[in-house]
Amino acid sequence: MADKTYPTWRSRLSRWATKEGNAYALLTPYALLFLVFIVAPVLIAFLLSFTFFDTIQFPRWIGLKNYIVLLTQDDLFMKYVLPNTIEFAVLVGPGGYALAFLLAWMLAQLPRIPRTVFALILYSPSMTSGVAMTVVWRALFSGDQSGYLNTLLLQLNLIQQPVQWLQSPQYLMPVMIIVTLWSSMGIGFLAMLAGILDINPELYEAASLDGMGSRWQEIFYITIPSMRPQMLFGAVMAIVGTFQAGAIGVMLSGSNPTPQYAGQLIVNHIEDYGFIRYEMGYAAAISVALLLMVLLFTRVANRLFLSE
Amino acid sequence: MKSRWLRKYAGIRNRGINPQGFHVSQLKFYALLLPLAVLMLLPIVFIFSHAFKPPDELFAYPPRFFVAHPTFKNFQDLFAQMSTAGVPVSRYLFNSVTITLVTVAASILISSTAAYALSKKRFGLKQTLFAVNTLALMFVPIAVIIPRFLIITRLGLLDTFWVHILPTLAMPVGVFLLKQFIDGVPDEVIEAAQIDGANDGQIYWRIVLPMIQPAIATIGILTFQATWNNAEISTLYINSESLKTFAYYLSTLTSTASGANLVAGQGMAAAASLIMFLPNLIIFLFLQSQVMSTMSHSGLK
Repeated sequence: MADKTYPTWRSRLSRWATKEGNAYALLTPYALLFLVFIVAPVLIAFLLSFTFFDTIQFPRWIGLKNYIVLLTQDDLFMKYVLPNTIEFAVLVGPGGYALAFLLAWMLAQLPRIPRTVFALILYSPSMTSGVAMTVVWRALFSGDQSGYLNTLLLQLNLIQQPVQWLQSPQYLMPVMIIVTLWSSMGIGFLAMLAGILDINPELYEAASLDGMGSRWQEIFYITIPSMRPQMLFGAVMAIVGTFQAGAIGVMLSGSNPTPQYAGQLIVNHIEDYGFIRYEMGYAAAISVALLLMVLLFTRVANRLFLSE
Repeated sequence: MKSRWLRKYAGIRNRGINPQGFHVSQLKFYALLLPLAVLMLLPIVFIFSHAFKPPDELFAYPPRFFVAHPTFKNFQDLFAQMSTAGVPVSRYLFNSVTITLVTVAASILISSTAAYALSKKRFGLKQTLFAVNTLALMFVPIAVIIPRFLIITRLGLLDTFWVHILPTLAMPVGVFLLKQFIDGVPDEVIEAAQIDGANDGQIYWRIVLPMIQPAIATIGILTFQATWNNAEISTLYINSESLKTFAYYLSTLTSTASGANLVAGQGMAAAASLIMFLPNLIIFLFLQSQVMSTMSHSGLK
């Protein structure tokens, strides 16, 4: 302050470069890739959603028309895609999340070695990839008599006819949900397990001295409040995982659209319009709708678990 | 004697979270977890069992879950096979290995330098950039598949080696986990190094990196899984068969659309599935304790 001469822009720049320049230099590679492959696609999706774009001509601005069509004229969307997505998202999202928490909590009640073994077993499905598992699901759920599930059920006399698990509209969705839940104990689950184990045991002791009796009370008044940050991380991972898993129906049934649109999710709808019908502007509007759904779900999770 | 036994298995010490040993109250959890674990393990066991089945067992009626006479025939068939485009299977495997190694190394480097800056450096946009990255945790890549396609085409990345690597490098969850972990490195250590005259490069390389190995291992695993299992990039962005990945080749074996000989393909697809899955499992087994210690820093505040 005592210094009367103001620094020239050149010296200010060099001071900035020594003070903060390194930080930006360290960030640059990541930031560039982040901008090009994450920020830019979202912005472009947003802009394209207001245009008509068939990949051949330059996009033509049509305002809100895509959104109006999506909400009022897209029968497939309203009749199949949206209800399917909601059913799938609610069961796999909050359902899978609650399951992950309960399993993590149960694992935390066990000594270290059995806990690690169980955690490994529950986590290992999330390491499998869609492509690698196609072989397994096709064999297990095969629609003829030689399918493993059909054989088992026929032998137990639970069914009289082999069931077309992957081709019949009524069974495709439940199979999709089960398969996705099976592989959903990923890093969100591990984070919650670590969160539960990190809670200070004195909290439980204090509560039991104060007369807290049941384990359920313990979960709701101590465990969950003490690990809100991990609960939130797990929730975000569950939401992203749910919407990212959208290709499962197409993978299982082997066709897009899925049989009678029974397993058609919003992600498949995007690919249907984008890569099959080449209506990129309309597909972009569906993308924006999907991103808004993710945002909405995350908002709810934030409300529930944000500390403060 | 009896009372000691009782105290050991019914005492307060082994009740509740993170017990030291066995306690009768744990039985109910075992009773719930064991059947579930077996059920969840079945498809995994099936991958192993299926891959070693000879043809007559693959198509046996009634089908058998476990292999009776294991054989390596499926693997031999797989590697003797040329794809319909005349590319040997080993080429796909070589591509996958190269791409995965480069991506994992680059991802660790890029994410950890960014995380170091976000955690320990002081600069104007620090809070904003971290907030943007946290917001991007909920980014769903599959949603913007079309604009991504347009960008990749415009950048001239179509049908190149780089398209396998560049789009997957920016992984918000990786930077997030690394940053949280680096927050745990005491500032004093870094200040002491600065007083001794170490520059940022030296601090990052000699001090931060060795201290965050668990987080590095975790990011390595996450990137490995995302890259090794990726068939989509080959499908969307690659035309030359010799640039496609093993995961893609596996998807051609199982797809009904390509009209591949499904009968002969079954055994090879089973073998290929095992080759896809096994590296994931082995790497995770080795690094699981590191992953768990990273995860206790994962909270979103």
